[in-house]
Amino acid sequence: MHIPDGFIDGKTAATTAVLSVAGVGLALRRVRRELPARKVPLLGLAAAFVFAAQMVNFPVVGGTSGHLIGGVLVAALLGPSAAVVVLTAVLIVQCYLFNDGGVMALGANVFNMAILNVVSGYAIYRLVSRWLSGIRGRVTAVAFAGWCSTVLASISCAGQLAWSGRVAWSAGFTAMASVHMLIGLGEGSISALVFLAIQRTRPEVILENTPSADSRGIRGLVQYGLLVALGIAVFVAPFACSWPDGLEAVAKKLGFEHVAAAPLLAAPAPDYQIGAIHWAVGATAIAGAVGSLVAFALALLLGRLLVPKQPANAGGSRGLEEGRMKKTE
Amino acid sequence: MNANLFSHHHSHGHSLIHRVPALAKLGVGVVVIVGTVLAPSGWSGWFLAVTALLVLVAVLSHLSLLFLFKRLLLLSPFVLGVAAVNAFQPAARESWLVVAMKSALCLLTVILVSNTTPFNETLRVLKRACVPGLLITTIGLMHRYLFVLVEEAERMRRARLSRTFTPGRPFRWRSLATVVGQLFVRASERAERIYDAMCARGWR
Repeated sequence: MHIPDGFIDGKTAATTAVLSVAGVGLALRRVRRELPARKVPLLGLAAAFVFAAQMVNFPVVGGTSGHLIGGVLVAALLGPSAAVVVLTAVLIVQCYLFNDGGVMALGANVFNMAILNVVSGYAIYRLVSRWLSGIRGRVTAVAFAGWCSTVLASISCAGQLAWSGRVAWSAGFTAMASVHMLIGLGEGSISALVFLAIQRTRPEVILENTPSADSRGIRGLVQYGLLVALGIAVFVAPFACSWPDGLEAVAKKLGFEHVAAAPLLAAPAPDYQIGAIHWAVGATAIAGAVGSLVAFALALLLGRLLVPKQPANAGGSRGLEEGRMKKTE
Repeated sequence: MNANLFSHHHSHGHSLIHRVPALAKLGVGVVVIVGTVLAPSGWSGWFLAVTALLVLVAVLSHLSLLFLFKRLLLLSPFVLGVAAVNAFQPAARESWLVVAMKSALCLLTVILVSNTTPFNETLRVLKRACVPGLLITTIGLMHRYLFVLVEEAERMRRARLSRTFTPGRPFRWRSLATVVGQLFVRASERAERIYDAMCARGWR
């Protein structure tokens, strides 16, 4: 899925570069805060590991073989922010030394395979492993997250190719999504098998197993989630099916669509189109991005206003532990 | 693929191009790539000039033509795939031939720059360009241990396969997965040793 140069035009390259720099910058800041200094070389070694692991061929059928991509696996082993940094390093080295992916397309490739892939995969992994408990639950979670993240990354890639006018959305989306639904099966199963192997032999190298991983809290989810939402709003949403939705279709069929009254307030972007911009896809993308940001800001505001501030000593388990220690003394 | 992997010795050659400072090569490379991608298909003057420059640099750098050609071929699956898809549903803001040409020119630029510049110098340029230190360290360590880990993976894989008597894909998948898992464990242990070594040499 590494896009070469020339398949992404100027505006797509610029937009993806902005999103990628934001995402990688966020990941670097979080890694610097969360990762103990001892583990810093592990990022570089994990990147070398991902590269080496991608070269191991798993035989499929006849002469074909599948191989690991590794985003979700690294996220399940080292946490999402470390995984973003690791995958970014892999993509940069692959682009420069092995000519896998273009230089101007680096923003798009990093967004698809180092950010979207990792963050969505990790979110699904945490969700599913909360639902299914134990080692078996986590292995299943890795498998499912591997599949989902691969398909999602391919859809984003198709969106960027369509934005650049290189491949029509309908053809690109169909081709990329269908092929990657198959590739995702391989990614999911291989990631799960490798995760299980490590969990069985040396579980202590999995940083995600340590208790500090859970206390990371909701902030990371919110920050990454906003970035991913913006990416989807910009690259995928404009290509949403333009057929009428349920109510409109019924209205047309039963003949009462003319009853719809004119809106009371003039909206700034009626039907997700902006008058001044003549490129329909771009207008929808901007409308989508602005809408996402406004919705996010409103949700943040509502949260601040409606949820009372927690008292200072409610430090969760740490507070309980301190209380217990004080009692035994 | 292994032949491609160990071609990094090319970057330590002694031709005229190798002696040009890294910053100049990277700067010109970026300008050529950005210009070629953004240039409209009508600007044949730009494309001719870029082609002439690349050919000149290729000749002066003493890099083997066969090597350059093999690297350029890496592009073909993607180009053919897009051509096939466009045959059914043309998108055509630009014909895929123009796209393929632009792609090839950009690819040749990257091949020439990366094979005539030692990797450490490239990292130094990136550091001066304000790329965050943590990312630079990660890329540097990755480059240093990448070849080591690939060899290790290959050795473990061969050892596994030569000791396997059970046929069948499920068993092969599980043993390959174990190999990959072991690779991560070894990488993790190496990382601890590297941290101690780096601290002993004054890294903060």
